[in-house]
Amino acid sequence: MPNYQVNKTYQEINEKIKQGRVVVVTAEEIIDIVRRQGEVAAARQVDVVTTGTFSPMCSSGAFLNFGHTSPPIKAARAWINNVPAYAGLAAVDLYLGATEPSADDPLNKVYPGEFKYGGGHVISDLVAGKSVHLVVEAYGTDCYPNKRVEMKLTLNKMVNAVLLNPRNCYQNYNCAVNLSHRTLYTYMGPLRPRAGNANYCTAGQLSPLFNDPYYRTIGIGTRIFLGGGVGYVCFPGTQHHPGRPRGENGVPMAPAATLMVIGDLKTMSPRYLVGVSLLGYGCSLCVGLGIPIPLLNEEMARACAVTDDELFAPLVDYGGDESGGAGRTLGHVSYAQLKSGTIILGGQEVPTVPLSSLVRAREIAHLLKNWIQTGQFFLTEPVQCLPTTE
Amino acid sequence: MAATYGQRLTEENMHAEMLILRFPKKIVDQPIIYRLVKDYDLEFNLLKANITPQREGIIVMELKGHPKNFRQGLRYLKDAGVQVKRMAGEVRRNEERCYQCGTCTALCPTGALWIKRPEMEVCFEAEKCSACELCVSICPARAMEVRLNRQAV
Repeated sequence: MPNYQVNKTYQEINEKIKQGRVVVVTAEEIIDIVRRQGEVAAARQVDVVTTGTFSPMCSSGAFLNFGHTSPPIKAARAWINNVPAYAGLAAVDLYLGATEPSADDPLNKVYPGEFKYGGGHVISDLVAGKSVHLVVEAYGTDCYPNKRVEMKLTLNKMVNAVLLNPRNCYQNYNCAVNLSHRTLYTYMGPLRPRAGNANYCTAGQLSPLFNDPYYRTIGIGTRIFLGGGVGYVCFPGTQHHPGRPRGENGVPMAPAATLMVIGDLKTMSPRYLVGVSLLGYGCSLCVGLGIPIPLLNEEMARACAVTDDELFAPLVDYGGDESGGAGRTLGHVSYAQLKSGTIILGGQEVPTVPLSSLVRAREIAHLLKNWIQTGQFFLTEPVQCLPTTE
Repeated sequence: MAATYGQRLTEENMHAEMLILRFPKKIVDQPIIYRLVKDYDLEFNLLKANITPQREGIIVMELKGHPKNFRQGLRYLKDAGVQVKRMAGEVRRNEERCYQCGTCTALCPTGALWIKRPEMEVCFEAEKCSACELCVSICPARAMEVRLNRQAV
């Protein structure tokens, strides 16, 4: 264990929150404090750094329990606002995935498809308090004789509604370009031919896992801001790859760690869970997520002071591969370059396009800061930190 | 004719607007756009045109030039019997729905949608919008509501 000059515990910080003495700043605000005073003084002065991100996160969805009917039904197939939900669970449990399109969506038959309504939109409508139309079909059993149920349903009337996103909050992601000769419509947005634009999808220096690159404080049980309510990190996300190459500052230079997160949908808000339609790709859900990082020592202060010019995204050609999909990595670009509006690729100026909302990411970091300052949100020590090796 | 010729037109002293022109059937056979160019030194960029001989016609276009010429050209159009509506204000962003990502800036051809740095706020200037509608289906939140001015059409 390294010898730190500052040593704080979760309990001490939570005690300060209770007493209203806690010092909280955002991951943008900590940068200047560390620059001016150094990491040791910053770690002494500041207790918590709040982060935030807001962007489409396709691997999201919700478990919904619509309550037993009379006569009872064991759902075999289900649709909410005509969007299919998975019913291969116990009687009235459903899982609704964010990217599931409406059952009668023309998909990409008329290319590029518009994907106007899907699972993400249903989730957004539910948290907005809107009534949705549920259709359930079943084969009928001795214990569950009912074969069909149709009902209007609101979030309030559900027995349980739990957002459970298997993979959110990527630690770094590709910056996408298209070197082919036709426009591509991808989950990274529209990519004009001959590197007409470079799309990226990370909040940079505000992004949660950029500020704790080795997951010293983030792990199973970490309490977070999720979709406008309180949620938890419940496991490493799917495709969690902490072994990806790292820069000198320890931050991965490629998509690395991911989080599986969970929270009560009933406490969330449509401002931070927005159903989206990605032209030619499909439906998704924009998720607002913020993680508080306790400055337990000067190492955490140094990590949280990371700036956009020290964070690098891999520049990936999404048009170069015959088989389609993401192909060759062309190099790396810093988030400072990406946020400047143009990058240089092969001597050509390429305009950059963010898919992630920095404005709302900042709003989330400030909201979480306010929650902690006013004693509404306490920190949790992870039961187990995320794995740092594959 | 008092068109202001010969003056250097920079982007700053240039006036440009997106217009919807409605031609009654008695004037659809007249070379009205030609006169705008010839007599008033105005540039035009046609976006939509639907003109049938002996019937009404509609043109959506951007008109650009010296502000004085622009005003006189507009007066000429009205005197000739063309109904002129400004497109600006007809193109809207649903501010409630827009979450300020910036995806739209990938395709916006006129710079009406742009990002204010370093804040990274996504701005929309209706006056610069050519109503090409590329942003409508590209916006993930479907916040862009671009409609023709129904009164004019």
